[in-house]
Amino acid sequence: MFYRETGQFKTSYGADQQIFPIRQDRIGVGLVLAVAFLVVPALAGEYWFNAILTPFLIFALAALGLNILTGYAGQLSLGSAAFMAVGAYAAYNFQLRVEGIPILVSFICAGLTAAGVGILFGLPSLRIKGFYLAVATLAAQFFIVWCLTKFPWLSNNSSSGVISTPTVKILGYVFDGARDKYLLVLAIVSVMALMAKNMVRSKTGRSWMAVRDMDVAAEVIGIPLLRTKLLAFAVSSFYCGVAGALYAFCYLGSVEPDGFSLDLSFHILFMIIIGGVGSILGSFLGAAFILLLPILLDVLLPELSSLLHLQLQGSTVSHIQTMVFGALIMFFLVVEPHGLARLWQIAKEKLRLWPFPH
Amino acid sequence: MQFFFEVLIGGLLSGIMYSLVALGFVLIFKASGVFNFAQGAMVYLAALSVVGCMEKGAPIWLAVILAFLVMVVFGVLTERIVLRRMVNQSPISLFMATIGLAFFVQGAAPLLWGNQPRGLDIGLVDEPIPYILDTFGIVVSRFDLAAAGIAAALVLVLALFFQYTRVGRALRAVADDHQAAMSIGIPLQHIWVMVWGVAGFVALVAGMLWGARNGVQFALTFAALKALPVLILGGFTSVPGAIVGGLIIGASEKLAEIYLPPLMQGVLEGNFGGIEGWFPYVLALVFLLVRPEGLFGEKHIDRV
Repeated sequence: MFYRETGQFKTSYGADQQIFPIRQDRIGVGLVLAVAFLVVPALAGEYWFNAILTPFLIFALAALGLNILTGYAGQLSLGSAAFMAVGAYAAYNFQLRVEGIPILVSFICAGLTAAGVGILFGLPSLRIKGFYLAVATLAAQFFIVWCLTKFPWLSNNSSSGVISTPTVKILGYVFDGARDKYLLVLAIVSVMALMAKNMVRSKTGRSWMAVRDMDVAAEVIGIPLLRTKLLAFAVSSFYCGVAGALYAFCYLGSVEPDGFSLDLSFHILFMIIIGGVGSILGSFLGAAFILLLPILLDVLLPELSSLLHLQLQGSTVSHIQTMVFGALIMFFLVVEPHGLARLWQIAKEKLRLWPFPH
Repeated sequence: MQFFFEVLIGGLLSGIMYSLVALGFVLIFKASGVFNFAQGAMVYLAALSVVGCMEKGAPIWLAVILAFLVMVVFGVLTERIVLRRMVNQSPISLFMATIGLAFFVQGAAPLLWGNQPRGLDIGLVDEPIPYILDTFGIVVSRFDLAAAGIAAALVLVLALFFQYTRVGRALRAVADDHQAAMSIGIPLQHIWVMVWGVAGFVALVAGMLWGARNGVQFALTFAALKALPVLILGGFTSVPGAIVGGLIIGASEKLAEIYLPPLMQGVLEGNFGGIEGWFPYVLALVFLLVRPEGLFGEKHIDRV
């Protein structure tokens, strides 16, 4: 009853092409943005910004990047953390070496650098696919992290490649509080998410999906495979690169190459599996889930063990975390391969009739 | 020149260890089309089970048998709980499920047997063989040579098993064509359990050798990742491919580790150790561009 598109007539081409064609969706997105921009900063404390909200947005952006490549274009990648690393180090170097470059421009340049590296490692995707490609992206993961550790120029000669980012300053305003950084990240992430939402329903997005579903058939109907696949790699790496730059500048403040390990790549992959492969919303849901789960387990497990009078060591908690991650991945792939985003879709369909199902 | 041969032989022998892990991948991929990312975790689980049983006071032969039982139970459960419910899903989904499985095992195995690194003594010592050292002046580890022998024996046993036993023939039939195998009355699900059991056995052998060499610890699962480029070189469906691929990867990564850094230091400043970490992957990547189906893999033809 409350979620119905009946009666919403489109009278212009503009109305027909809106990103959110249904009024309720527009109101919903507007509400979410309003809450995120106005209500959350007023209510949340330092801990929430530092430990939950900012990393959630950054990981959601990285998951969005991987989702474009894996969910929409069907090219499995196990190297997303490496592209984040490229973004982080590129942004650092642009800030360091280009006199007076605005920080937002250096974020964009970082994304473009990551896109270039992504295209380089995406080149084999024309000849290989599936598992072979996944292993090829492992090459990117290990090679890039090694390069960042071993070439001192990239980290301005710091030992073992650790970089400390300068303060973020836009038009003379210094973003140094947790709340300021959250708002900056939120603004960037919302713009990029809207761009992604728009992109995946455009010609580009449709040709990605055609390539995902069957690349030979896509080629037969006239989609240039090389350009489409490389574009997917470029856009995906751009998103991951910007996420990496934000990760370094707005979240951690100082990063080392080993922080962008294979483990991080897997976590981003888990985000899109649990959130929903091939869904923008899913990237956000998955990122929230993967980020909150360890915190939840950290809180729950000690209570549970004291309830059962068991001794619990620190390592045990981390083992249980790994186990739960693995089990959840299998659970979602078996029970709901389309992830949390699919649950939301089902809810929408139910809402259409609710509360009068007949 | 002597040094070159020493590095080469050392690399070839360590490559055999990669081959052992890759062998498990190939077996499962051939029989069920599942790219089992969890093979590395299975190696870890097998090694931990052996060490864990021995800590509880079991003699080594009993520990090995118990560990084998653990692997069989693990295979059966995996097939029952995960794979059977994922029939008809895309291979990539199955692959991602095995990543989940790998994480699950990496968390569960240390919970079961404890996570502190431990040594495993299987009666082989890692020391140079005096005869070869005296005659050629090359250090060849006794342990590595024995490991190579064990690997060769394992491949021989597997080849005989696949060629001459009833089960082996059924396995080959399933690998060839699932539907045709089912239509002549081969129970697919039994075969899958069987093949996971065999892969568990291979993981057990690999785990014991790796564990005896480097200690039973979490790093085993990373070493097992190197089996992926081995597979790419050899082709996913070929047992000889896994062996040859392992030899190539092992030899080339050791040679690259020794000979590339001085070359690079000639051009650029810096310390370039640790090439081993990425060289196999990049080698595999370059190789893929030339031969996408691997050395011995089957050529795949897409039809719309």
